[in-house]
Amino acid sequence: MEWETVIGLEVHAQLSTKSKIFSGAATQFGAEPNTQACAIDLGFPGVLPVLNAEVIRMAIKLGLGINAEIAPRSVFARKNYFYPDLPKGYQISQYELPIVKKGFLDILLEDGSVKRINITRAHLEEDAGKSLHEDFHGQSGIDLNRAGTPLLEIVSEPDMRSAKEAIAYLKVLHSLVRYLEICDGNMQEGSFRCDANVSVRKKGDPKFGTRTELKNLNSFRFIERAINFEVERQIELLESGKKVTQETRLYDPNKNETRSMRGKEEAHDYRYFPDPDLLPVAITMDQIEKVRAELPELPQQKRQRFIDAYALSSYDASVLVTSKALADYFETVVKESGNQPKLAANWVMGELSGALNKANLEITESPVTAAQLGKLVQRIADNTISGKLAKTIFEAMWNGEGDVDAIIEKRGLKQVTDSSAIEALVDKIIAANPAQLADYRAGKDKLFGYFVGQAMKESGGKMNPQQLNEVLKKKLNA
Amino acid sequence: MKTVAELSRDLASKKISSVELTKHYLDRIKKFDKTLNAFITVTEDQALENAKKADEKRAKSAAGPLTGIPLAQKDIFCTLGVKTTCGSKILDNFISPYDATTVQKFNDAGLVLLGKTNMDEFAMGSSNENSFYGPVKNPWDLERVPGGSSGGSAATVAAGLAPAATGTDTGGSIRQPAALCGITGLKPTYGRVSRYGMIAFASSLDQGGLMTRSAEDAALLLNVMAGFDEKDSTSVDKPVPDYTKKLNNSIKGLRIGLPSEFFNQGLDADVAKVVQAAIKEYEKLGASVHEIHLPNTKLSIPAYYVIAPAECSSNLARFDGVRYGYRCKNPQDLEDLYKRSRSEGFGAEVKRRIMIGTYALSAGYYDAYYLQAQKVRGLIRQDFSKAFEKVDVILGPTSPTTAFKIGEKTADPISMYLSDIYTIAVNLAGLPGMSIPCGFAKNLPVGLQLIGNLFSEEQLLTAAHNYQKVTDWHTKQPEGF
Amino acid sequence: MTLTAADVKKIAHLARLNMSEDDIAFYTPQLSNILHFVEQMNQCDTSHIDPVANPLDLSQRTRPDKVTEPNQREAFQKIAPEVQAGLYLVPKVIEDEA
Repeated sequence: MEWETVIGLEVHAQLSTKSKIFSGAATQFGAEPNTQACAIDLGFPGVLPVLNAEVIRMAIKLGLGINAEIAPRSVFARKNYFYPDLPKGYQISQYELPIVKKGFLDILLEDGSVKRINITRAHLEEDAGKSLHEDFHGQSGIDLNRAGTPLLEIVSEPDMRSAKEAIAYLKVLHSLVRYLEICDGNMQEGSFRCDANVSVRKKGDPKFGTRTELKNLNSFRFIERAINFEVERQIELLESGKKVTQETRLYDPNKNETRSMRGKEEAHDYRYFPDPDLLPVAITMDQIEKVRAELPELPQQKRQRFIDAYALSSYDASVLVTSKALADYFETVVKESGNQPKLAANWVMGELSGALNKANLEITESPVTAAQLGKLVQRIADNTISGKLAKTIFEAMWNGEGDVDAIIEKRGLKQVTDSSAIEALVDKIIAANPAQLADYRAGKDKLFGYFVGQAMKESGGKMNPQQLNEVLKKKLNA
Repeated sequence: MKTVAELSRDLASKKISSVELTKHYLDRIKKFDKTLNAFITVTEDQALENAKKADEKRAKSAAGPLTGIPLAQKDIFCTLGVKTTCGSKILDNFISPYDATTVQKFNDAGLVLLGKTNMDEFAMGSSNENSFYGPVKNPWDLERVPGGSSGGSAATVAAGLAPAATGTDTGGSIRQPAALCGITGLKPTYGRVSRYGMIAFASSLDQGGLMTRSAEDAALLLNVMAGFDEKDSTSVDKPVPDYTKKLNNSIKGLRIGLPSEFFNQGLDADVAKVVQAAIKEYEKLGASVHEIHLPNTKLSIPAYYVIAPAECSSNLARFDGVRYGYRCKNPQDLEDLYKRSRSEGFGAEVKRRIMIGTYALSAGYYDAYYLQAQKVRGLIRQDFSKAFEKVDVILGPTSPTTAFKIGEKTADPISMYLSDIYTIAVNLAGLPGMSIPCGFAKNLPVGLQLIGNLFSEEQLLTAAHNYQKVTDWHTKQPEGF
Repeated sequence: MTLTAADVKKIAHLARLNMSEDDIAFYTPQLSNILHFVEQMNQCDTSHIDPVANPLDLSQRTRPDKVTEPNQREAFQKIAPEVQAGLYLVPKVIEDEA
């Protein structure tokens, strides 16, 4: 039996405002418990919410970024349920009339094709606080600093067909919210959280299977693992004649499994209704156009420009636009290199990314500046140094030994391209190895490499390899 | 018994000091409140201190017209450092860490807070019998209710324990007790007065207002209380006129509408007679009288008893024993904490309304109850806007009867709900309304209701003041106080 | 709508109210009566009427994104039933109830 996976994703992006969505309390991460929870966040009697203008601007930005319709009128509703991290006994959210309606994002599949993932809606809501489960004499502690932090919940259609597609979509969305500067994307701190709705069906079946909702997914790796585990679990159930139960399941990264959340059998009845403390949000065309005019170049547009202007492959372009900082870095390298985009891309995605990963650094923390790397690329392109030597120089730059030219100078690494000097050296090598010369001439072609090695060793690796090859061939075959 | 306007002149002319005045009212509270039970908290020390400050301001000529005037606040307004209970056991230990905007405004204007008045729990009730602190007595007949929910404020002003008090009105909670206690009550347009710090019952209906001895006093105090508040999203950013300025304008030519639905069966015959006489008085003052129709009046109570409970079921979810207020002893688990704290903390009427509201919003019933009620609300609003095309002010009885006996209606919630038949539609439409004393039926005060179009408080106050200039019903006082 | 005891139990649970059997017997007929009473609304035709959530035909005002609220934890927690290390304490929260 062939099974098809169906995935829809709900992303909660914390908006990077200074103050909360409905109060003037600060939103900084990591403050002492309950020091950023004001009377409004704590749900004191008589307090009232007033909407933060910035969250509207950010929601419009996202709407434009996902090519969506922005609702001229949207309504805040109350979602009623009791939980200690929810001080008012209801969450202010949007239900029937969200601020952002239908949109889409295009993702790049591994085979190089583009797939469109539709987005159902994005709505504004307030975050809840946190329950801390360390033992306080058998009790839990409640920290309401996070309560009231603005969230945009971005809900996709069930358009993804594998964990890989889900991750590709999430990465595109993750990059978009950071480009738009509406969310810092920090998954560890919970600024960018994801719930996945997963089901399977027989290939070709027009109907969706019963889905489960996976929670507690706080890294791309865990999301991929959780989905894969869940798909396997569902297929196993179905193949053994059992049924999938519609339920919420928690992913346990330690055991790499999902498990059912108890107490969910009791169906929730959230009793949504329009929040009478808030009025409908009206957004005008003028407001939208003003935000549009301020939008930065978005990843999709930038990617296309990289393909067109720099003749990069679609894959390279996609990688380089993952973050704005990386794309900016790349463009500086290109500029400083005297317009060597292909070589610049190879260096940024290869040597630099590798070194950053190894040192666990962000691109913005790179010890080698984009200008420095650009100069290095230029020296490769103008044959001052070989690619191999460039790696040594890169290492020196990483360790803070200065700019490329200074290192070449200091270490005497300049590549020898003077043909008379190369010829003199080749003559010397050939004269010193008569036996090898005889064997080579007798048909042992492999010895060609021996001569290259000797020449490189003699010159300290500074010979221009193409020129050396040519001269050697000429002299050995003479 | 003097009005705020008279006291203001006495303070300005140094005929009396604020400390003297404050002591006078504190003494009256001590003497009479054992009988009336109108106060939950008396802020004696703070009041004397503030009165002293007010006198100092007066001495430095740094005073406003109301500096040093004593005032009682309904115990629904959060008051910094003062117990604020909303008439409920669940807030019996709640010392508010902040001031409601209304409290702040009266403080800034130099008024002296005497204390917090008794009320139906969370403002749910029409008799003040739903208070955790016991029923309030009507000063005109101690066996009768003062009305509700602002019953404590109404009894306080009627018995002269304070020259004026604040109230809140969700379905008639200022106007009905004002009528039953023979005083002047003003419920402003929804959005005219800030709701910040006023403990919510039904957010789309609640509005703070005033309970005074005259329309002039209501105008003086509304000058302080009204105005835009950036902390309240439903507060309206509209200039506040000086409400005293046009009080003496003539009402010649004023078009008065009498809704036929306010004068049919259900209205006590003696009350009807008194109200008709008041209307005659208006005609003498030069107003013209026109019959109008508010055909959906009857539906206002059903719609209200869906909308108000629905909103309250959500508004009162925050009382959970976690961050403030009553918490049950030794909770077994989280659910036990919630259920026992709430069940032990709330009274029967509050529980009834929470349950009705929970049901009306629940899956499968939302459209039939909540959405339908909102549509009926649309119909009622339409009725009023049609009426106001033809008339300037609508007149009628405030309440179908005079004050009823304590315990008379407690067994039957619906009979209690029906006592708000003439007031509730005004809240559904967000309109301003007043009740002014217009006579007596069997020795009990009768209230005349005046309803105006949105933001027409000035016109309402002028109409009320003109009537009070030619009548003396508002000066009558209950015996023994 | 005539409610059954089971309906009232369910509603009470949603509203987190404790109801003894006596309470249920007390409230069930009262709540049913109130529901019958409010159902009068259904007599009128509202098909052409827009629902009104708020008496004002205004739209939501916004405030600038500024931090205006200082830390008042001490004042707020002075009136809290139970706190420790700046946290509000409640009976153990089982993660799965979320």
